[in-house]
Amino acid sequence: MKAGSNLEKILSSGQFAVTGELGPPKGADVSVIERKAKLLRGNVDSINVTDNQTAIVRMSSIAVSALLIRMGLEPNMQMVCRDRNRIAMQSDIFGAYALGIRNILCLSGDHQKFGNHPTAKNVFDLDSMQLLQTVKRMRDEHKVLGGDEIEGPPQMFIGAAANPFADPFEYRVIRLAKKVASGADFIQTQCIYDMGKFERFMQMVRERGLHQKVHILAGVTPLKSVGMAKYMKEKVAGMEVPDEIITRMKGAGKEKAREEGLNICVEQIQRLKQVEGVHGIHLMAIEWEDAVHTIVERAGLLPRPEA
Amino acid sequence: MIIAEGKPIKDILAMIEPYDKIIVAGCKGCVTVCSTGGEKEVGILSSALRLARQTQGRQLEIKEVTLERQCDTEYLEPLREYIDSYPAVLSLACGAGIQFLAEKFRKHPVLPAVDTQFIGVTEEQGVWTERCQACGNCVLDQTGGICPVARCSKSLFNGPCGGSKNGKCEIDSQVDCGWQLIYDRLKELGQLEKLEVVMPVKSWSTSRDGGPRKRVREDLKI
Repeated sequence: MKAGSNLEKILSSGQFAVTGELGPPKGADVSVIERKAKLLRGNVDSINVTDNQTAIVRMSSIAVSALLIRMGLEPNMQMVCRDRNRIAMQSDIFGAYALGIRNILCLSGDHQKFGNHPTAKNVFDLDSMQLLQTVKRMRDEHKVLGGDEIEGPPQMFIGAAANPFADPFEYRVIRLAKKVASGADFIQTQCIYDMGKFERFMQMVRERGLHQKVHILAGVTPLKSVGMAKYMKEKVAGMEVPDEIITRMKGAGKEKAREEGLNICVEQIQRLKQVEGVHGIHLMAIEWEDAVHTIVERAGLLPRPEA
Repeated sequence: MIIAEGKPIKDILAMIEPYDKIIVAGCKGCVTVCSTGGEKEVGILSSALRLARQTQGRQLEIKEVTLERQCDTEYLEPLREYIDSYPAVLSLACGAGIQFLAEKFRKHPVLPAVDTQFIGVTEEQGVWTERCQACGNCVLDQTGGICPVARCSKSLFNGPCGGSKNGKCEIDSQVDCGWQLIYDRLKELGQLEKLEVVMPVKSWSTSRDGGPRKRVREDLKI
């Protein structure tokens, strides 16, 4: 065991993992976190806590992760390279570990242009690949980037993201290989709607033997409406939504759109479970946390194993 | 070269508000090439300022001059002849030129008439684009001659990130993804294997982060 987190135990025992996601509040209101956490409890093995996603100021991922631990839940703390340099990030990793955080997801981060502070200065002292190397070095070599020895190394289970739908497609698996070489223990993918393309991606992953070196969790997000499907297709960077999904959502009509969104999601999970090299799903029910239980139950993934 | 853009006339008018006499100083270097601060622009700006002042019913005496460069002591010297007859200088040079002029003539406020933007190229007539951020530690040999620091919106060293789509950057569908350009170029060169290498953590100490930079060549010093 590298970190001994619940997520690591489940993945390394060969069980199919389910991770969820919790977007922190745009303020200091803990009740928002409590409400969302309640809906995720018992349905997922670990909860990703986003780090100012889409560059909108929210409660820090480290604080929300610590609050989840207090509530008896396991966080997967996301950390982006946009807002902090190597000094602040390493310092926060020490702090996170001291607070009981055992999973970390290393990301580059959305550009600040999308958020509510588009005039901010960005940092990107490190990129996601270099952050992975940093966390691995801290854990395995007990050293900070600058070379100093660490007093009490943070034993983190290290994660990274992969987006099989960004361009250039043929480079995506190379980038994944670089993340594995940099220290990723697990990978969570961008939301998948184009199953054919994802399966082609996984084929390339297997050809390189990467599925035996890293745990891949396939990302899924239930659609609430045809509008959301179109928004994802047109506005969200690096997202692909095939026309057949849009047609299905449209065909369901306004009344039954959510139900159809759930159906699509459950079908996807069933299919993903069959893909060799997929070790779990990362369920991102964006502002729809009460759908999580239904989806996980209908996909036959309950009860969650005791790690 | 260094690319700059003229400031809005109303901002310049606000800056020169206290003065009835100014020198408007252009530069024959980069800002002439990018049509921002050469002799022609000095003339156009001076006419516009005179006209604006006339409509306010106020006089404005302008001495128009375009120096060979504003970033070299010897080319600033000609100003010495008449600068004391003017209480302020409005410079159309880049930020370096404006500051050097101010250093050499310490009694005079030197005001910027342009915003200095980037180190770039003339992509086509009337279009300039950024190429270099002067990080002081060039990696172009590894990236197919395309700079990840200047051309990637996040200055990533192991891109392209998940926001690259159809060759464009997530920040704007009009902005090329720097790493797609790198990918395409390395493919053309038959060097795609370079993308398999994890580029290590960069030292930014040679960049602005290391403090103001200085280069000395003892053999050239007099």
